[in-house]
Amino acid sequence: MTKIETFVKEQANKYGKSRKSLMPILQEIVQKERFLSEEAMIAVAKELDLSTAEVYGTASFYTFLDTVPKGENIIRVCKTIACHMKGKDEIIEAIENTLNIKLGETTSDKKFSLLQANCLGWCHKGPVMLINDKVYPEITASKAIEIVEEYSNKN
Amino acid sequence: MEKKLLKKVDLIFEKCNCLNIIDKVLQRSGDDIILDIIDSGLKGRGGAGFPTGLKWKFAKNEEADQKYIVCNADEGEPGTFKDREILDRVPEKIFAGMAVCAKAIEATKGYIYLRGEYNFLLPALNEKLTVFNQAMKDRKFEFSIEMRSGSGAYVCGEETALLESMEGKRGEPRNKPPFPVAQGYLGKPTSINNVETLVFALAIMNIGPEKFKEFGTMDSRGSKVFSISGDTPKGGIYELELGMTIEDFVNEFGDGDTKAIQVGGASGFCVPRKHFKDTIIGFEGIPTGGSMMLFNSSRSMYNVLQDYLEFFEEESCGQCTPCRVGCQQLLKGILAVKRGEKPPAYLEELKKLSQTMKIASKCGLGQSVANPFNSIVNNFREEIIY
Ligand SMILES: Cc1cc2nc3c(=O)[nH]c(=O)nc-3n(C[C@H](O)[C@H](O)[C@H](O)COP(=O)(O)O)c2cc1C
Ligand code: SF4
Ligand code: FES
Repeated sequence: MTKIETFVKEQANKYGKSRKSLMPILQEIVQKERFLSEEAMIAVAKELDLSTAEVYGTASFYTFLDTVPKGENIIRVCKTIACHMKGKDEIIEAIENTLNIKLGETTSDKKFSLLQANCLGWCHKGPVMLINDKVYPEITASKAIEIVEEYSNKN
Repeated sequence: MEKKLLKKVDLIFEKCNCLNIIDKVLQRSGDDIILDIIDSGLKGRGGAGFPTGLKWKFAKNEEADQKYIVCNADEGEPGTFKDREILDRVPEKIFAGMAVCAKAIEATKGYIYLRGEYNFLLPALNEKLTVFNQAMKDRKFEFSIEMRSGSGAYVCGEETALLESMEGKRGEPRNKPPFPVAQGYLGKPTSINNVETLVFALAIMNIGPEKFKEFGTMDSRGSKVFSISGDTPKGGIYELELGMTIEDFVNEFGDGDTKAIQVGGASGFCVPRKHFKDTIIGFEGIPTGGSMMLFNSSRSMYNVLQDYLEFFEEESCGQCTPCRVGCQQLLKGILAVKRGEKPPAYLEELKKLSQTMKIASKCGLGQSVANPFNSIVNNFREEIIY
């Protein structure tokens, strides 16, 4: 068994081998690998006795269940109106320049992906970004750079 | 002019002994609990405003071997962040509110569907749930709660899309009827309630329906937690009595230059300054899930509308044509008018399209795009054209 197959099996045992466990299992894989590989989706389909098409069809509906490789750290900058008014464009530009990538891209060392997201639920404290599960409200361009650099210095 | 001070209320965040309230509730019959909730006039705080007591009554009246209660913590409406604050500060009150509902409708299993963007709350919530579930066991009350996470889809806040997602499927809204109270999670009767609604249900058990009714108006009983953002020096969470006018609201929260306010998030209504005086916040005026976003005269309402339309275009599940194509066309349409590629009269066509979407779309997402579209285009026509 490959590493991912073993992991999927563990998750299926933990959540139960039925369709209603599909989301939690896919979420666990994304938490670990940052995306759903074909291999992972095939393993899930096998464990839950679903067709691979059904697994892919479900995953592809959800923004956070990526099916293309992503960086180790996923940055999501809120682009919705309150954060837009408070300068999310400058934040994105600052991060783009720091990481030398454009919005939607992943750095060549696979450390970061830079994405936009819709309202993150911190509108009174915009602009705001998520890095993986962690929230950073009330950021400025320079604070955003600082935070990103902290992550890049972590191993 | 005399400034009327808004009445601040503290039912949601005030500390209370949840387990004591549960102990009292467990002594009562389901019908008795439901009568109190109906009597209180409590309406759902998730946006749609359906009477909570009635919803519970329907769920109770269903015959089934298993019933569920789901707390809707998907909070994705732009401008709304009150549920996050409640989940963070008084989670025990949410659990206890779910226990009240469980006792009332005879459900044994509860789920909290938390949006993926709030995953950072999970460790604390899971820890507190372990304690809560044990406390229910100790009382020999057969009820336990589990967490479920979303994965970044606004439409999953719609109750039937949420159920689909919990069942491991694409978050595509179902046809209604059947309503979830009859056929919900895994086909079983399910009461889906917003986070705030459940905490108010607990508060009503605590203080009684009479006391709850002292707040608000005939049509809008009680208070409401508002998420206030945009051009305001006092952004944040405030629990206020329902039934105030927008003028009173703006006097307190505006920056002195408020030209418009969006009530109820992207799917809500834009109210221009000239209507502040005669618009009431509540079910008799503009109902709201609690989002109040203020815009001052430096803001372009065109940008606001474009932002909302981009939001809907991205978040439409694409299942039905009026919504999928309608969102795209409205967005393309205002861009074309702005660029002068279409005459201003084209806006009338677009308004008709949004009305069609209201009638022909399958769920609340497509049905409500007309709210921001018409209220912004009608009140800020010049800004949309020039
Ligand atoms: C597109 C869409 C998104 C929604 N999002 C939410 C949400 O995030 N939270 C919520 O409580 N209700 C949301 N609702 C309303 C729910 O469908 C449902 O009416 C509500 O959860 C019922 O709870 P309540 O009666 O306590 O308000 C949404 C509705 C639509 C159409
Ligand atoms: S109205 Fe929009 S979101 Fe709702 S079911 Fe139709 S396409 Fe999906
Ligand atoms: S608009 Fe950015 S967090 Fe709500």
